[in-house]
Amino acid sequence: MIGLVHFLTVAAIVFAIGLYGVLSKRTIVGILMSIELMLNAVNINLIAFSRFITPEVLTGQIFAIFTITVAAAEVAVGMAMIFRVYYDRNTVHAARLDEMRW
Amino acid sequence: MFNQYALSHVVLIPLLPAMSFIIVGFFLRRLPILAATVSVCMSLISFALSLGVGYGVIANNITVDNPLIQRVPWLSIAGLNVDMGVYIDPISAMMLVIVTLVALMVQIYSIGYMRGDAGFGRFFAYLSLFASAMLGLVIAVNFVQLFVFWELVGLCSYLLIGYYFHKVSAREAAKKAFITTRIGDFGLLVGILFLQILFGTLDFQQLASNVPLYVAQHGTNLLTIVAILLFLGPIGKSGQFPLHVWLPDAMEGPTPVSALIHAATMVVAGVYLVARAFFLFSALPNAMEVIAWIGAFTACFAASIAFTQRDIKRILAYSTVSQLGYMMLALGVGSVTASMFHLMTHAFFKALMFLAAGAVLHGLPDKNDIFAMGGLRHKMPVTFAAMTIGVLAISGIPPFAGFFSKDEILLVVSQVSMPLYTIVVVTSFMTAFYMARLLIVVFCGSEKPDNHPHEAPMSMRIPLVVLGVLAVIGGYIPYANHFGDWVRFGSASHEGLNWSIAATSTVLSILAISLAWYIYGSGKVSSDKLSRRFSTLYKLSFHKYYIDEFYLWLNHTFVDGLGKILYWLELHFVEGIVNGIAGLPVELGDLVRKGQTGKLQRYGLIMFGAILIVVVWLVLLSPLFKGVLSGGDY
Repeated sequence: MIGLVHFLTVAAIVFAIGLYGVLSKRTIVGILMSIELMLNAVNINLIAFSRFITPEVLTGQIFAIFTITVAAAEVAVGMAMIFRVYYDRNTVHAARLDEMRW
Repeated sequence: MFNQYALSHVVLIPLLPAMSFIIVGFFLRRLPILAATVSVCMSLISFALSLGVGYGVIANNITVDNPLIQRVPWLSIAGLNVDMGVYIDPISAMMLVIVTLVALMVQIYSIGYMRGDAGFGRFFAYLSLFASAMLGLVIAVNFVQLFVFWELVGLCSYLLIGYYFHKVSAREAAKKAFITTRIGDFGLLVGILFLQILFGTLDFQQLASNVPLYVAQHGTNLLTIVAILLFLGPIGKSGQFPLHVWLPDAMEGPTPVSALIHAATMVVAGVYLVARAFFLFSALPNAMEVIAWIGAFTACFAASIAFTQRDIKRILAYSTVSQLGYMMLALGVGSVTASMFHLMTHAFFKALMFLAAGAVLHGLPDKNDIFAMGGLRHKMPVTFAAMTIGVLAISGIPPFAGFFSKDEILLVVSQVSMPLYTIVVVTSFMTAFYMARLLIVVFCGSEKPDNHPHEAPMSMRIPLVVLGVLAVIGGYIPYANHFGDWVRFGSASHEGLNWSIAATSTVLSILAISLAWYIYGSGKVSSDKLSRRFSTLYKLSFHKYYIDEFYLWLNHTFVDGLGKILYWLELHFVEGIVNGIAGLPVELGDLVRKGQTGKLQRYGLIMFGAILIVVVWLVLLSPLFKGVLSGGDY
C-alpha cells in the first residue's frame, strides 16, 4: 500500500536533488533547472497532503497549479536575464559572475 | 504747545535718524545731495524736538526725582520683564540736546568735508544710524535697553572708524576699537546679569528704590563687585585706563566722525551710564573710590602722552581721554553735576577743536604731523579762531566754557581728597600746555613754502562758528542759570565759584600757555634740544608708555600660547576620540566584508545552512519533539 510517507519521501529526494543542483551546478541555466526540481518537490508535497489529509477539498491541487504557473513565468524571466547576462559577459558560469563583492 | 508735543513724542527723536538711516542706506546711497538733505533734515527735526524736550523739562518742572517715563513691554518671560521706553529727566534732556546738536553740526560739516567721496551716502547712513543709537541709549529706561543701544553705537563706531576700509590701518583700528570695547562690555553684561539675579529687575526706577534696602540688609560687598563689573563697560567705552588704547587709533576714521563719536557723544556714553546708575554707585564708597582714582589716573596719564604726540588728531584724542578721566573723577567724588557740566562743555569745545582740525586737514590734505604745518593763521582765519577758542576753553581760561566746568570739578575734588586735587591741578597745567603747543605749532610761526592751505568751505565754517559761540557761552549761561538745580543727584548743589581754586587754575593755565609759547613760539628754545635732554621721558611719552607693545606681547605670549596648548589638546584628545569613534565601524566593516565574495552558490549554501540550523533549533525546542524523545504517542 502506497501511503503519505512514500510520497513525502519521493518529494524529499527530489528536493534534495534540486538543492544539490542549485549549490553545485556550474551554469546558471542548470541552477534554474534545479530550482524547478525543488518547486516540483513542493508540488508533490502539496498534492499528497491534500489527497491524504483533506481529500474532500482540492486546495493543494489548486495551489500546485498556481505554483506551476508562477514557475513558468519565473523561467521566462530567468531565461531572459540569463540571455542578457550572456550577451553582456559572454558566459553563464555562476563562479565567474562575482563582480558584486567587497 | 511744542514742548508738550515734544514731551509726548520723545520716541521720535531716535526714530527720525533711524528712518534717515533706512532711507539713505537703502535707497539714496548713490545720490549724495539727496542723502545729505534727508539726514540733515531728520537731524534738524530731532534737534528741534530735543530743544522742545529741554524746554518742556524746565516748564513742567520735571526733575531728577520726578522723571517722565514712558514704557512699552518689549520682552516678557517668567522672571524677566524688559521694557523699552523713554526716560526723561534733566540729565537725559541735556544729553538729547547735546547729541542732536553735535550730530546736526557734524552732518552739516560733513557735506563740505566729505564732498566728492565715493562713499558719501554710506557715510551719512552710518552717521544717522549712530545718532539714532546714541539717542536710544540716552533715553533708556533700563539696563537692557541701554546695553542694546550701547552695542549699537559700538557697531557704528566700528563701521565709521573703518570707513576708509581700503586702508589697512583703518581696518586694524576699527577691529582694535571693537575688540577692546568688547572686553569692557563683557564686564558690563555680567554686571547686568548680576543685577537681574540680585534684584529681579533692571529698570532704573525700580533699582533706584531697591538698592538702599538691599544695602541696608546685605551690606555692600557683593554689590561693590557688581558695580565694578558694570564700570568695566564705561572703562572700555569711555577710554579709561587700561582700555584707552583704542581711542587714539580710532582717529583713522574721517575727522567728522572723530568729532561726533570719539569726542562729543559715544565716548561719554560711559560717563552717562555711571551717572544714570548713580543710585547704585553712590551707595558704594569703595566703587566710587575706584572710579575716582581710575578717572584721575587716566586724566593725568593721557595728558602726559599728549605732550609729545605729533599727529594733530592724536593729540586731540589723548586730550579727549584725559577729559573723560576728569568726568569720571567728578563722578567718583560724587558730583553728577560737575561731571555732566564738563561733559556738556567738553562736547562743545572738543567737537569744535576736532572740526577745526578737520578743516586744517581739509586745507592741507595728507599732512597729519603738526610740525609739517605752521603759519596757517593767515590763510585759515576762521579755523584759527575756532581752534583758539577751543584751546582757551579746554585750558580753563575765563570766561570760556571749560573754565566753569573745570572749576566745578576742581572744587568738588578739593572737598574730597587732596591727592586727587593735586593730580587734577597738575593735569590741567599739562592740558593747557599741550593744547597751546598744538595751536602755536600749527597756526603760528612761519608758513611752510610747499604748503598751499585754503580756508574751509561755507558748510564747514557754519558748524565751526556755532560751536565756537557755544564754547564761549556754553559755560557761563548754564552756570548763571543754576545748572546744578536741574542736573544733579540727591540734593541740589549750589557751589559758587571758589575764587582761590579758580584763580590757581587760571594762573597755572596762563603759565602753561606762556611756557608753550616760550618753547614753541618764540624760537628762543629748541624743542628738539629739550626732547634730547629728557630723552627717556620723551621716548616713554612718545611711545605711549609702550602700552600697545605690552598688550601685543601679552597677546602673543598668553593668548597665542593658550591657543597652542588648546590646539595640541584638540589635536590629540578631542580629535583622537572623535576619530576613534568614527574608525571603529570602519574596522568592523573591514572584518565582515570579506564574507561578501560575490559567489552566488556560496551565498545559497550559507542561506541553506542557516535555515537548517534554525529548523533544527525550532524542532529541538518544540513540545512535539520532546514528546517523541520521551516515548510518547505520535
